[in-house]
Amino acid sequence: MSGSDSGATWAASSGLAGGTSTEVERGRDEFVALSAITLNVNGRRLRLEVDTRTSLLDALREHLRLTGTKKGCDHGQCGACTVLLNGRRIYSCLALAVMHEDDEIVTIEGLGEPGDLHPVQAAFVECDGFQCGYCTPGQICSAVGMLAEAAAGWPSHVTADVSSPRIALSGAEIRERMSGNICRCAAYPNIVAAIRIVSEGGPA
Amino acid sequence: MVIGQALNRVDGPLKVAGRATYAYEHWDDGPPLYGFIVGATIGIGRITRIDTSRAERSPGVQLVMTHHDAPAQGSPDLSIPFEYWRAYPVLSSPDVHHYGEPVALVVATTFEQARAAAALVDLEYAGGSGSYDFAACVDQAYAPDNLIFGILPTDTAVGDLDAGFDSAPVRIDERYTTPYELSQPMEPHACLVVPDGEDLIVYVSTQIVDAARASIASTLRIDPERIHIITPYVGGGFGSKLRIHSETILAVFAARALRRPVKLALTRQQIFHLTGVRPTSSQRVRLGAQRDGRLVAIAHEVTMHTNRHSEYIEPTATTTRGLYAAPHRLTRTWLTPLDLPRGEDVRAPGEAPGLLAVESAMDELAHAVGMDPVELRIRNEPTVDPERGVPFSDRHLVDCLREGARRFDWERRPATPASVREGQWLVGYGMAAAIRGHFQAPTTGRVRLAADGTAAVQSDMTDIGTGTYTILTQVAADGLGLPPGRVRVELGRSEYPVSMGSGGSWGAANSSTAVHRACEALREKLVTTARNDARSALHGLDPAGAEFSGGRVSIGGVSEALSEIVARNHPEGVEAEGETLAMTDDPNYRDYALHTYGAHFAEVGVDADTAEIRLRRMLGVFSVGRVLNAKTARSQLIGGMIWGLGAALEEEAVVDPRSGAFVNRDLAQYMVPVHADAVEVDAVVLDGFDDKANVLGAKGLGELGICGAGAAVANAVFNATGVRVRDFPITLEKVLPGLPPMED
Repeated sequence: MSGSDSGATWAASSGLAGGTSTEVERGRDEFVALSAITLNVNGRRLRLEVDTRTSLLDALREHLRLTGTKKGCDHGQCGACTVLLNGRRIYSCLALAVMHEDDEIVTIEGLGEPGDLHPVQAAFVECDGFQCGYCTPGQICSAVGMLAEAAAGWPSHVTADVSSPRIALSGAEIRERMSGNICRCAAYPNIVAAIRIVSEGGPA
Repeated sequence: MVIGQALNRVDGPLKVAGRATYAYEHWDDGPPLYGFIVGATIGIGRITRIDTSRAERSPGVQLVMTHHDAPAQGSPDLSIPFEYWRAYPVLSSPDVHHYGEPVALVVATTFEQARAAAALVDLEYAGGSGSYDFAACVDQAYAPDNLIFGILPTDTAVGDLDAGFDSAPVRIDERYTTPYELSQPMEPHACLVVPDGEDLIVYVSTQIVDAARASIASTLRIDPERIHIITPYVGGGFGSKLRIHSETILAVFAARALRRPVKLALTRQQIFHLTGVRPTSSQRVRLGAQRDGRLVAIAHEVTMHTNRHSEYIEPTATTTRGLYAAPHRLTRTWLTPLDLPRGEDVRAPGEAPGLLAVESAMDELAHAVGMDPVELRIRNEPTVDPERGVPFSDRHLVDCLREGARRFDWERRPATPASVREGQWLVGYGMAAAIRGHFQAPTTGRVRLAADGTAAVQSDMTDIGTGTYTILTQVAADGLGLPPGRVRVELGRSEYPVSMGSGGSWGAANSSTAVHRACEALREKLVTTARNDARSALHGLDPAGAEFSGGRVSIGGVSEALSEIVARNHPEGVEAEGETLAMTDDPNYRDYALHTYGAHFAEVGVDADTAEIRLRRMLGVFSVGRVLNAKTARSQLIGGMIWGLGAALEEEAVVDPRSGAFVNRDLAQYMVPVHADAVEVDAVVLDGFDDKANVLGAKGLGELGICGAGAAVANAVFNATGVRVRDFPITLEKVLPGLPPMED
């Protein structure tokens, strides 16, 4: 933590924080470096000023107020912060906001909304794939990313034939591929059921 | 009837779309400041010097608070039976009582600034000599004077245990140990406090609104009416949010000091030390039986840790009191005081560790007498409560056992341990019984009918994932004869009628009963109004035969829409309240033993070379009286069963014996079940109605799924391998030495 802090102080005092950096008085007798960036979130280009230490997760939640993306551990261990970055699922707590100016970010809010839910969202409601709801946006974003990975033929640890171009999303495959998303309510069987409905093209 | 249907969660679309707002996510009151807690890096001792100057000069910092400048605070009133309502002083002295205890609070404009400045608070300590090692301190255990939760005795005895046990031809006398476990809800413990004149608006992630309000008020020594709790959605609690902790008290301090909104969340690492922990336990179980398996003696003696300064007694030994018949019985509890974080309720307090031990011991007895474990339990089914002598209200344990055995194909269980091998896997079956007391507490609910014919249900009850919004929608829909779409449930605000919140598996029954009673009172008001209303089609009719359905009330062949009655007579709407009694005021809880029941069945594979344990399938069959929502009930039971799986195989917070710190304090090292672990888990609920529980016949089930689930897994491991592990969790290195020799 102190390393990050001295980095920011160094950037501010040296004036080397880059062309988009501005110096804003925030403390009692010191300065902090902010970077003006533009993020492409859910199809909208949004300008914001962030501390260089701001994670993509905190940029979404605390700056853009897109609080559908959740902070569960802030350490890449629980998956609640999963978003889609250029179509691939990532833990947004392990990414710095300033690194993702040129990327297309989709959060849970961009997948659907009440009354117009994404098929995975609707399947989660139907199958009761959640209880408290806190890991749910991450589970859903992860599921959307995972379905794309499987469709692209990516094998997993439990894939019997890794050379096969087609992945059959069995229960074991879904469980393996979703194990980066913890649900403490342990709605796991229902989450798998919801994903199977979508992957098998059933009602959603 | 809408009650019982598998209605989708009414809050589901908001949750899956990321629109449900949790404590840290409210923006209506302007941009907040961010708090960050500095925790002690010693286990016990005293702060000798704090230098906050570097932190105060750090960018964005608005406040650094320590015990030097924290406000005066109230002390916990030990006469309050449930500690969640008591004061929770923080930064009240230079003394450190356990590792991680807050020693300073930093508040800054941004989260990053607060976190960075927190690392700049310079502290020096005079370390003391702490006791952190449970096993090494067991000889310091004492028998507590207090009742558990103010109601349950710690110790009971019937008959002559020693004589009964000694006379038994078959004796099991084993000791089981269970580790420190934590609730670890996915939403960290978080709070946003907004000053509003002399009042405080407190958005807090909590299970009991009234307790949060009372605890804040008594800590600050201010009028509870000045505190307004708002908690529409709670990201899991599992006991750890029954009370508020330092995140809330410190956010309140900062918001009052700065006159600005302040929010504060515990980091995942901090949650390990700053919320409650399930005590570690050492449990001696004695079972004395005839050769036919009939128990003559059963003893369950538990020693557990408690924080030295904050006594917590987990009701672990109480688990066996109503489970099996035996003339000679004993339960005992001792506490070993340590300088570790506080013990608090973690989901299924008592039953979770207690049934791990007792239901393992029953499996050992079945093996010793050569009986099927299901039949052993049926043989020991009591006819009345074996301690209290009162009848059971609605006991269906045997039905659960038989139905579960049938559905699981239990007859395929290998009778001989370590006798079935499929390729690399040793395969085994295990089972265990489940029992959990059903409790009741005073709760009030309000139902308001508007002139447009829609109803609003209001209670300070919470929905922590339990399904409260949905089941109360169903109860009110039936209670007023409305389609569910015309009922709106509003929860989690301290201005609403007081409930006992979500905990102890009593929230659903408490709040449903109160709402049902409110509907009854409202129906009475409506028919009386109509009878006295000359413009009503029901004018002058005898309301005794009134029926409510489809948004109308009908008497004989005449009917009128509720909306018309309300619009004409109560254009502002009409409301009524209903109550649930305290257990102590309800004679049924004196005259009957009220429990919920279940039977768990598990099949595991154990790798013959590495002892890796994999669940292959798991089934629970439960009896809970009447189910309010078939979908959400099953979900909670499945979730509980998977908690049991975690307790059997994974979960353990490990203490550093030098400092009392939990060394594995994150979700990569404190293992909880993930998708890959939860293979083929299913739950079935038997139809039922417990007319002694309440007018709806419903009992709680939020914790029943855990009860016994871990033991079923443990017993399956024994059946697969012949290795009995009594030191939970059952990890590979404990199984491996006992495995059959490797084949060529």
